[in-house]
Amino acid sequence: MAEISIRNVAKTYGKTKIMDGINLEIRNGEFVVILGPSGCGKSTLLRLIAGLEEITGGEIAIAGEVVNQLEPRERGCAMVFQNYALYPHMTVAENIGYALKVAGVPKAERLARVAATAKSVGLADFLDRKPGQLSGGQRQRVAMARAIIREPKVFLFDEPLSNLDAKLRVQMRHEIRRIHNQIKATSVFVTHDQHEGMTLADRLVIMNKGTIEQIGTPEEIYEHPATLYVAGFVGSPAMNILPGTVAGDGRSVLMADGQAVAIPAGFKAEAGQLVQIGLRPERLTLMPAGQGGLQATFLFFEELGSARVYHLQIEDIPMCVVLDEKLTLIEGQRMGIGFAQTALHVFDGASGRSLTRPSAARKVEEMA
Amino acid sequence: MRRAYFKFSWIAAALLAPQLLIIFVFFYWPSAQALYWAFTLEQPWGGGNTWVGFDNFRKVLSDPYYWGSVRVSVIYALATTVLAMTMALTLAIFVDRQLAGYKAYRVAIIWPYAVAAPAVGLAFQFVFNPGAGIFSYINTIAPGWWDLSKYPWQAVTAIVVAGAWKQVAYSFVFFLAALQSIPRSLTEAAAMDGARPLRRMIDLQLPLLTPTFFFLLVINITDSFTDSFGIVDTLTGGGPFRATDLMVYKIYTDGFRGFDYSGAAAQSIILMLLVMALTFVQFRYVERRVHYT
Repeated sequence: MAEISIRNVAKTYGKTKIMDGINLEIRNGEFVVILGPSGCGKSTLLRLIAGLEEITGGEIAIAGEVVNQLEPRERGCAMVFQNYALYPHMTVAENIGYALKVAGVPKAERLARVAATAKSVGLADFLDRKPGQLSGGQRQRVAMARAIIREPKVFLFDEPLSNLDAKLRVQMRHEIRRIHNQIKATSVFVTHDQHEGMTLADRLVIMNKGTIEQIGTPEEIYEHPATLYVAGFVGSPAMNILPGTVAGDGRSVLMADGQAVAIPAGFKAEAGQLVQIGLRPERLTLMPAGQGGLQATFLFFEELGSARVYHLQIEDIPMCVVLDEKLTLIEGQRMGIGFAQTALHVFDGASGRSLTRPSAARKVEEMA
Repeated sequence: MRRAYFKFSWIAAALLAPQLLIIFVFFYWPSAQALYWAFTLEQPWGGGNTWVGFDNFRKVLSDPYYWGSVRVSVIYALATTVLAMTMALTLAIFVDRQLAGYKAYRVAIIWPYAVAAPAVGLAFQFVFNPGAGIFSYINTIAPGWWDLSKYPWQAVTAIVVAGAWKQVAYSFVFFLAALQSIPRSLTEAAAMDGARPLRRMIDLQLPLLTPTFFFLLVINITDSFTDSFGIVDTLTGGGPFRATDLMVYKIYTDGFRGFDYSGAAAQSIILMLLVMALTFVQFRYVERRVHYT
């Protein structure tokens, strides 16, 4: 059980800067998911915590102790790797018990603990098998068991579910959450899958190009994205983004085709400022032409079963709307798009920072 | 198993012909000739021969010198293999761990394999020479103590060292490739599990090298039996007192110095069967059994 402090951490390979000035406080027992596209530095950050990579600037403390100079084995972290990294020549039992064997735990105790751990992840019947004889899901469980048995202060997960098929992935996701609720060890989970991030995390960290874009609960991230990047990355289908210019009165945004969208009061926007309007597809409704906040042309829809994704466009800007209702529309039909003022996000055109949520931007700095 | 079928074409035949011709002239023809001689009594100066059945083999197998040659060949094969593979593995581990200067000797270490066996023998002749080489310094301290041409154990040691030196490169390349094919995450997982580098080597790297190890074991032993002629010929000439009279060397001396073509042919056949048996072991057991998925 331990909190993790990441203070001003930087990492460079030769002359290539991977990340710079990363700050993150992870509370004791918290489940934090680092979410970002491939190459954003999320795995590197995890490996820095584990001690598998050397920090080039700043410091990392686990349970109050700065671990910059400590070897991986001295940090009290256990890690689940993306490709499981099971020892192919050892049986499941030997794989799970290896850390204990290295630590010199007596054989009787070791075997008892291996059996108990294997049982807790549903591997009791597979102890004598080699990893090569296991399915993907079972290998994943062995990797989990190998981490659990050490009773580590910190669990690190490096995209552990990305090699599984969709159904198994959901199942293992639940399993990981269940185990976390049971042992309540501080966990850091890296993924590029927003569903994994949203469903698993106590708090989400959104990374992009070696920097942290936003830190917050999944709800905060979804409802109040601090930047255009976060807005576009989290949510499926992605948030509709419409470019425009703030009108002279500062109360509405003018779009290229001349439509104006009224924006809520209470944020700083200067007349003539370039902005991006964000609207979540799930927060929109379709109305007859002439009604609602925006006018658009219907193109086609995608059937999801429980709902439909209606695709429209305003001039040449694509828009989509998710509705439960099954409407009969014809291509080229003009439609009105309705939304509440609270569903509206406005981002600065240049910096991408949220203007409707100045508090969200402040929150990031607070965390830092 | 995937099979490919090709239609006969004259171009293919023409392209294959030179290689087939070389194999025929330098392998099948001499082998057939040896097989024939092994069952006949060949006149030293030509001019007729007599069919004698297994007489030549009986004579060879009842010759105490022949068994002495087998004995030293086995010692040579095992010693060279163990020495070469140990050195190769040690160096490969150093290179794999990227210790200082690994790039330079990763390249340098391949070279000995490109040196022809007689040249190796000649080079070591200078090293081991009791009067002029590096080892002659021993004789300045203990006069007469080091002399290849006098002490059998020294002669055997010399050809073993020379042979191993030549073999190291080959095993090194395979060991290094095998070490580098062990996924990095495995080593990292073991590091997270608390294992230090030495422990990781014993528990992880060495067991995962087993398939490579067995492959190299067979290849090295086979090579030691067949590829030692040049070293023996230039370094010791089979002596002293037949102490380094390896099987290949004995075939040569019996055949071309003693003009006992039939006896030499019989020995060739025995050596060929031995190599075939080793190759069979390699294909049948080693390649199939020891694999991790």
